[in-house]
Amino acid sequence: MKQASRKTEALRLYLAVGCGAALGALLRFVSGFFIVSGMGAGALWATGFVNVVGSFVIMLFATITGPDGRWMVGPTARQFVMGGICGGFTTFSAMSLDAFLLALHGGPVQAVLYLTAVIFFSLAAAWVGYACAMRINR
Amino acid sequence: MVFPGVSMSLEACVLVLAGGFIGGIARFFLSGFVGRRIGEIFPWGTFVVNITGAFLIGVVAGLAQASQGFLAGEMVRDFLMVGLLGGYTTISSYALQSLNLALGGQQRQALFNIVASAVLGVVAVGGGFAMVAGMLGQGQ
Repeated sequence: MKQASRKTEALRLYLAVGCGAALGALLRFVSGFFIVSGMGAGALWATGFVNVVGSFVIMLFATITGPDGRWMVGPTARQFVMGGICGGFTTFSAMSLDAFLLALHGGPVQAVLYLTAVIFFSLAAAWVGYACAMRINR
Repeated sequence: MVFPGVSMSLEACVLVLAGGFIGGIARFFLSGFVGRRIGEIFPWGTFVVNITGAFLIGVVAGLAQASQGFLAGEMVRDFLMVGLLGGYTTISSYALQSLNLALGGQQRQALFNIVASAVLGVVAVGGGFAMVAGMLGQGQ
C-alpha cells in the first residue's frame, strides 16, 4: 500500500514536470516567434529573453513558496512551475549552440560577449526575483 | 542559430509540446538520478543534463548542416532542438542553484558551476558538431 502510494506520487511529479515543460517549451517557441518574426529582432535576443525571464520567475516562485515563504504550495505544484514551466521555458542547449555558431561565423569575441551577457543577466534576474520575493515574504 | 519559428503552425506547436514533454521528464529523471548518486550539495544533476543536452544539439546541428534534406527541415528543428533539447536543458535551475550556492556562502562552488557549465556547454556543442562532421567526412 505504501509502495503503491509512493509510485503514484512519483508518477504525479513526473507528469507535472512533463506537462509544465511542454507548456514552457511552447511559450518559448511562441515568444521567440514574436520576437523574431514580429519585432524583427535576431534569434539571439529570443534565447536571451526566455533565459532572463525564466530565471527571474523561478527564483521569485521558489522563494515565495519556500520554507520561510508566504505562500504554501504542494510539491507537485512546485515542480510543475519550477522544474516544468521554468525549466521548459529556458534553454541551455540553444544558448550554447548560438555561442558556438557565433564563434564559428562571427568570431570568438562575439561568442564570449553573447554568452557572458546572457548568463550575467539571467543571474541578475534571478537575484532580482529573490529580492522581490524576500520583500513579499516580510 | 535556432530560429524559434520562421513560420508558426499548429503542427509546429504540437511538435514543440511533445518534445518539451519528453525533454522535461528526461531532465527530471536524470538530474534526480545523478543527484541521488553523487549527492545534492553541488548541482551535478543540472550540470550533467545541460552538458549532455549541449552535446546532443551539436550533433543535431551537425546532421542538419550535413544533410540538405529532412534533417535540415523545420519539423526536425521544432521537435528536436526547440522542443526536446530545449525542454531538456535549463537555465532557470542553473541560475537558481548557482545563486543558492552563493547565498549559502559557497561562492567558489557557485562560480565554478557558472563558468564550468558555460565553457563546457560550448565545448560540448563543438564536440557533437565535429563528431558528426568527422564521421560523415570519413564515410564519403
